[in-house]
Amino acid sequence: MLEIEIDGKKLTVPQGSTVMDAAHSVGTYIPHFCYHKKLSIAANCRMCLVEVEKAPKPLPACATPVTDGMKVHTHSDMAKKAQAGVMEFLLINHPLDCPICDQGGECQLQDLAVGYGNSASRYQEEKRVVVGKDMGPLVSAEEMSRCIHCTRCVRFTEEIGGFQEIGMANRSEFSEILPFLGKTVDSEISGNVIDLCPVGALTSKPFRYSTRAWELSRRKSVSPHDGLGANLIVQVKGNQVMRVLPLENEDINECWIADRDRFSYEGLNSAERLQKPMIKHDGKWHEADWQTALEYVVKGLNGVSRDHGKDAIGVLASPHSTTEELFMVQKLARSFGVNNVDYRLRRSDFRADAAQQGALWLGSSIVELASAKSVLVVGSTQRQEQPLLASRLRQAVKKGSELNVIHVADDALLTKLNAKLIVSPQALVNALAQVLKAVVAIKSGESAIDLAAVTVSADAQRIADSLCGAETASVVLGNVAQHHPAFSELLSLAQEIARLSGARFGVLAEAANSVGAELVGAVPTRGVFGAAVSAGLNAQQMIAEPRKAYVLLNTEVEFDSYNPQAAVAAMKSAETVIALTAFKAEGLLDYADVLLPIAPFSETAGSFVNMEGRLQTFNGVVRPQGEARPAWKVLRVLGNMLGLSGFEYTSVEEVRAEWQGKGEIAPSLNNVLASVSANVQPAASALVRVGEVPLYQADAICRRASSLQATRAAAVPVAHAAQSVLDAAGVQSGAVVVLKQGEGQVRVALEADAALPAGVVRLATAHPTTIVLGGMFDPIEIKQG
Amino acid sequence: MAVFVNGVIFDGVDTAAADAWRLDAYVARGGYQALRKILDSKLPQEDVIAEVKNSGLRGRGGAGFPTGLKWSFMPRSFPGDKYVVCNTDEGEPGTFKDRDILRFNPHALIEGMIIAGYAMGTKAGYNYIHGEVFAEYQRFEEALEEARKAGFLGQHILGTDFSFELYAHHGYGAYICGEETALLESLEGKKGQPRFKPPFPASFGLYGKPTTINNTESFASVPFIIRDGAQKFLEAGKPNNGGTKLFSVSGHVNRPGNYEIPLGTPFSTLLEMAGGMRDGKKLKAVIPGGSSAPILPAEIMMSCTMDYDSISKAGSMLGSGAVIVMNEDVCMIKALERLAYFYHEESCGQCTPCREGTGWLYRVIHRIANGEGRPGDLELLDSVGNNMAGRTICALADAAVFPVRSFTKHFRHEFEYAIEHGKTLVDHKWC
Repeated sequence: MLEIEIDGKKLTVPQGSTVMDAAHSVGTYIPHFCYHKKLSIAANCRMCLVEVEKAPKPLPACATPVTDGMKVHTHSDMAKKAQAGVMEFLLINHPLDCPICDQGGECQLQDLAVGYGNSASRYQEEKRVVVGKDMGPLVSAEEMSRCIHCTRCVRFTEEIGGFQEIGMANRSEFSEILPFLGKTVDSEISGNVIDLCPVGALTSKPFRYSTRAWELSRRKSVSPHDGLGANLIVQVKGNQVMRVLPLENEDINECWIADRDRFSYEGLNSAERLQKPMIKHDGKWHEADWQTALEYVVKGLNGVSRDHGKDAIGVLASPHSTTEELFMVQKLARSFGVNNVDYRLRRSDFRADAAQQGALWLGSSIVELASAKSVLVVGSTQRQEQPLLASRLRQAVKKGSELNVIHVADDALLTKLNAKLIVSPQALVNALAQVLKAVVAIKSGESAIDLAAVTVSADAQRIADSLCGAETASVVLGNVAQHHPAFSELLSLAQEIARLSGARFGVLAEAANSVGAELVGAVPTRGVFGAAVSAGLNAQQMIAEPRKAYVLLNTEVEFDSYNPQAAVAAMKSAETVIALTAFKAEGLLDYADVLLPIAPFSETAGSFVNMEGRLQTFNGVVRPQGEARPAWKVLRVLGNMLGLSGFEYTSVEEVRAEWQGKGEIAPSLNNVLASVSANVQPAASALVRVGEVPLYQADAICRRASSLQATRAAAVPVAHAAQSVLDAAGVQSGAVVVLKQGEGQVRVALEADAALPAGVVRLATAHPTTIVLGGMFDPIEIKQG
Repeated sequence: MAVFVNGVIFDGVDTAAADAWRLDAYVARGGYQALRKILDSKLPQEDVIAEVKNSGLRGRGGAGFPTGLKWSFMPRSFPGDKYVVCNTDEGEPGTFKDRDILRFNPHALIEGMIIAGYAMGTKAGYNYIHGEVFAEYQRFEEALEEARKAGFLGQHILGTDFSFELYAHHGYGAYICGEETALLESLEGKKGQPRFKPPFPASFGLYGKPTTINNTESFASVPFIIRDGAQKFLEAGKPNNGGTKLFSVSGHVNRPGNYEIPLGTPFSTLLEMAGGMRDGKKLKAVIPGGSSAPILPAEIMMSCTMDYDSISKAGSMLGSGAVIVMNEDVCMIKALERLAYFYHEESCGQCTPCREGTGWLYRVIHRIANGEGRPGDLELLDSVGNNMAGRTICALADAAVFPVRSFTKHFRHEFEYAIEHGKTLVDHKWC
């Protein structure tokens, strides 16, 4: 420990601290622009100059290491003069356009100029003008004359984003911050540069010129997208969500949010929002009042139940719904006598259900995962599925943790990998089994899974060595693994690897409330907190054996299902499809016959349980639009109208209290299967599809966020395959081919991609252009265009 | 043109001969004897460094830091990669000595770097050559090839266990890349911007490995020191100012060029060697150490000797040894305007005071030079300069401020006149 005195305050700080760290620890503010606690030290703005006794000149607090006995003055004459001098320099070329600047009112330069600058400028010469830049549809770089060259954005894209997308070109006052020539800023977490920019140079393009910062109310919320559960500040004006910013939470999202969290609010205000209940009569849609619509629903459900029995009804719920909604929907179904309820629409393998003993979750906290010395990620298109977690794992690698990957594509993870196995989906089980076999050998252990047919490759051995050799290790299964037709086998193998190596294991929750859905029993085999229930059909069975009636909570099956082709066919064959939805979606208009407008997360109170099992509650930040109502209220009234008891709630807190009263979260989280099994032989080598969900197609809200939909990540998907696949099909890279699954086919360009293993065609699912196709990881045919 | 007197680096070099730079000619002059001496006698590394220390050689790039001391900072027992780097990024206005070393005696530099590599236990070295000298870069590459073929460079040098690879790197001409950490950034393929120090290159240098960076002239002096002994080198100069030094004399003299003379030679002697003032004009002022060094008026300069201590006492710096001579026809405001423009162009743009301040200084001086000076401009220049100097990562801001301070101090009347009368006192004659 080192002793230091700051403005007369004595304190001790650990070796390696900077003067800035020391000042922060005693609450002394030192003005700064380029310094940011999560970025490398640049020491270029010079705003944090302070006086250090015995140093002949002022030193930058951000970069000066504390030495024992150091005496620092942050407000001495020397320090103040230095700071005022720097402030004057910063302002001489800064435009005086604060009244029309989006940053006005929340501008660090404005604030510090008041505190540390002079009221008049001595600069009488011409001011610099810098031409605006195009950084894409999310980040506006129109007014680069405002830039003060702190390089926070440059360091962010390189250090946190993972690859350099912004740089500072040219010298002296001709220095300019710009993206690479002709390129936009495409990182999945690019929006953070807007928060980092201390001035109005980089601003939010969708938010630009819409309102002033001081007119906005700040309300806390939680991101409804991926399973991380990023904490949000939602800013509203009138009754409209205007902007979303990160709420710092070191355990979850640190001080960042992904672009999906930040910009999908546009979807909340989309023209597709369903404002009134609607009923289809004779193939035409009519607006209706709530009473009529609900009576229609009750009539439909009672009719189907009378004619075909309760089992003819299926309930499909989105894991992006709140815990209270999911609790209510399963309660409504089961009280009515319907056991067919499931949230796992994109799952294709349910064999683990019988052996499952608790709610599937991450298996550790997010912090524990990020600080594990060795991590194996199985079947995850990380940067699409979990943009922020992927970044956090990159940071972990920088701090010395070993990242291992088993996946179906060699995607750029922008970090150093310890080892990787890139195999076709059909060989995924075998790949993980190789690791298990190596672990068994290292630990001289035994596994219930027959590994005789498995040959351990060098990379599998490296992965096993890494997991067994590390003090703390984690094995996690991503979306590709969870949607994979052999999920139960992958989970079994992960469990065995974890058991033998001492690692933790779990799943990267796909959606904001996947874990919540597991906990409150939105699955056909387990009730609230695992309570015994009469088993019903799972999502796959409900589609494979079409029901006569479907209740859809917050889901569009053509985008949210493992096999959209089959799902849509099942919907179309039903007598009634009741959709509780926030959006007048094209698909729903086609196959549903009644639409009940429900409130998205921003318009209702609720909660999400994130991947680490953390319950995060939130309130609505605005009133529901039109006649939309929170889904829990709709379900409550439906319960009343169906004559069911136990639906007398008057607030969402009562709903929450009820499900919380039935058990505890922590002991209910359990990935361990009662019995494990896996067929480790690679399956027959038919050409299979790798169909992941695109970054901005994951849920109903982001699908309607216009700016996100204008990004490169949201471009119409093209198909990719290894050169060998193209050769076998006799097509040139870039040629338009017909891809066929079942009855559906699409015409799409097929490009060669060296990142893909043989035997695979990669074409995104959940996109309007590909929803006619079948299963995400099912066989696919290539026909020449 | 180049003239050498009692040369160390240029000892015996016939600059008129086309092949004087080649390996044969260098060996004939006694070249590579120092290297042979070290390798034959297996001289301990410490002894090589001690010899350089004893010679009193001070860094010839401008700062004058003792070379032997710098070498001793290198962690010699460090097991991983480490590097020696030569700074031939000669961009200081007025300085043109290193390019003549590459042109006329490149093997002296190569031998010096090999010896440095030996002394500090490094396996590889780089020579970073200024972007605007291309013919010299090509010649240096040729010289490297000669040395490799002759077994002086590469694996198992002269059949011993000692191996050393040396590479030339051609820069793009940015002045800032002469700053040693910016040079390293540029050598790594990044934008040339100085790094914040500490850590210093001796612990975190090229690719984050321990690195020693010396000027071309410093390295080129080493073979003489090892071959003929530290004492002989020291005796060539004066105490605390060992050896000879190359001075690049430019401006209003009859024979501008490089002069290798013993440190301590009176300025008047150097001026005489350079043929005296052109057209018999009167000497007005001299910048004794490159554009960053404060200017000295004629009367002060004529009493100085050309060494670190004397020039420093007079209020300037010996710097890189670029002697810019100005006659009575020079308008000091015009001269300063040109220098201010240079720094305005060459600031790397990283630190606020330098990025913004260099442009401000230039614009104010430009106004004064064009008869648009305002009362208070001199105080403004002074104040802006004070806000820049010592407030930045590297010394470029200081270098930009020194000329402003010294010009306005020694020739204040010219500035005051221009501000008051709307025209300059001296009608500047371009020649």
